[in-house]
Amino acid sequence: MATHTLTTPSRRRATGHARRQRVGWLFITPFLVIFAAFLIFPLIYAFGMSLFSSTLATGTKFVGAANYLKAFTDPLFLGGLGRVALYAVVMIPAQLLVALVAALVLDTLGTWLAKASRLLIFAPYAIPVVIGALMWSFLYSPRFGPAGTIFGLFGLDAPDFLASSAIFGSLVNIVTWQWSGYYMIVIYAALRSIDPSIYEAARVDGASGLQIATRIKVPMIASSMVMVITFALIGTLQFFTEPTVLRSIASGALPAEYTPNMYAYALAFSYSQFNYASTIAFSLAIVVFIGSFGFLFLTRKQNGLK
Amino acid sequence: MAVPTTARDDRTRTIVTAGAGRPDRSARREARRNARVAQGGRRIGSHVLLLVLALYFVIPIWWLFVAATKSTGGLFSSPAFWFDDPMQLFANIAGLFEHQGGIYWTWLGNSFVYSFVSGVGATIVAVLAGYGFAKYRFRGRGFVFGMILGSVMVPLTALVIPQFMLLSQYGLVNTGWAVILPSLLNPFAVYLMRVYTQDTVPDELIEAARIDGAGEWRTFTTIVVPLLRPAIVTVLLLSIVGTWNNFFLPLAMLTNPETLPVTVGLNRWLALSNAGAGGEQVWNLITSGAFISVLPLLLSFLLLQRYWQGGLTLGSVK
Repeated sequence: MATHTLTTPSRRRATGHARRQRVGWLFITPFLVIFAAFLIFPLIYAFGMSLFSSTLATGTKFVGAANYLKAFTDPLFLGGLGRVALYAVVMIPAQLLVALVAALVLDTLGTWLAKASRLLIFAPYAIPVVIGALMWSFLYSPRFGPAGTIFGLFGLDAPDFLASSAIFGSLVNIVTWQWSGYYMIVIYAALRSIDPSIYEAARVDGASGLQIATRIKVPMIASSMVMVITFALIGTLQFFTEPTVLRSIASGALPAEYTPNMYAYALAFSYSQFNYASTIAFSLAIVVFIGSFGFLFLTRKQNGLK
Repeated sequence: MAVPTTARDDRTRTIVTAGAGRPDRSARREARRNARVAQGGRRIGSHVLLLVLALYFVIPIWWLFVAATKSTGGLFSSPAFWFDDPMQLFANIAGLFEHQGGIYWTWLGNSFVYSFVSGVGATIVAVLAGYGFAKYRFRGRGFVFGMILGSVMVPLTALVIPQFMLLSQYGLVNTGWAVILPSLLNPFAVYLMRVYTQDTVPDELIEAARIDGAGEWRTFTTIVVPLLRPAIVTVLLLSIVGTWNNFFLPLAMLTNPETLPVTVGLNRWLALSNAGAGGEQVWNLITSGAFISVLPLLLSFLLLQRYWQGGLTLGSVK
């Protein structure tokens, strides 16, 4: 970070300077109070909760790491983790591909049509995730949805988007629809910051448009791509809203423990098992930390964070 | 970190570029124009691809608009992507005023209040902290800032469940405060304000104000804050929208129907309607209610485009 400290010629000014720098603490104090009250303290509290167990028969007692041993052998938690990992592997590349292709195409065009498309592709970002999932639940519904009509045109039966076998793809589609536009804007902004004279030089050397896109543009925006993937990864591991909303229409395909977050929510608010819910939430936090730091470590050459 | 430069259109500069001098703009624009001319025929293919993508992203929104104008019977029987006769939008709006005593409008009002109060609060706190981090070199700065950045990775459940237990001890669960207070926490806003302050407020200006005898607080309010105005609008917008869109937090904190924001309320109607009891099936109210609830956001998004995009891309470009 490029903040310039002012040079201080004399000692007296130096001490005055140091005192003044301490004023910085006053500016960050309001935020730190909120940070402590609603992040640090709840985290410590949740960790404390996860070390105890509470039942009606025995009361509250300290159990150490027993809850964690239970969590990491709990098929419901592990199943949810496996599911979000699979979502991460499928959903993130899908979103990234749509976003990257759209951004690369937009970068070569300056027409009003391209500008209008950019706005339209970004539009779902302005729709709350709940409302987006709610809309798609109507579109997927065999009662309201257009699928019957569309497939009927070809003399086919519409697939059931809400069946157990199809729900994975249906959820991938909702998330891709909701977030690709945002990722596109981030990638597009990175592309616009490249000096176009580089493309001129490549073209003189005989590079095609596709070669310029894959060999020059994509490598030059690697750090933005890494940031986008990191955010997508953190979000996907916490998958909650879309499957929760769809559950009311597809409860057969979506059990209450479908994702780790849903499991923690159900444990806390349906079964009042706050100790074990805290353990699940904390275990998920550990997985998210390892996942995102691992990813940032693997991509340390590209992401520019040293 | 280098100055993030984001050249978008020529007319609407993002807040990212504001303040960063760009003497080579016209040369770059020229180069871009030449590149465009050289493209030729492939542009038709590119446009077709873009249109297909745009259709995919816009059709569900179009569907919501059309569905908001239908009765429940029309939702079942008429084509999904076209209007039904007669137009029922106003009947649906009247229905929103009648059903459960017009609770929908209470929900919408709650969403506004929660979003604005927490948005304004989070922004004030973030502007102060961003300035503190950007312009003062106090001991522990790097460590504290690193902790704030790292907190972006903490999953929401890990926070919401203990927050619920703590706030319930103070009797705040089931009140608006249970949503507003945790929403004041916005580490990303602090990061944005720090980056922006570093790029737009010159140290010399602050030093000059000090030499003229202005105190630290006066320097901040009269010299610095006016310079930060575009970033303040962006952060305010992002904070408001963040609370408006939040689902997990109000879902956990609020059970009393009178306190719900519109997202959680509509999800409740959806669940009840899907559960199937005849009188509780309010499909037409769900679609029209959802449509009305996205209007403020869609409009602000169209009208304040440059602030939105400025905030979304700020800090992402290295």
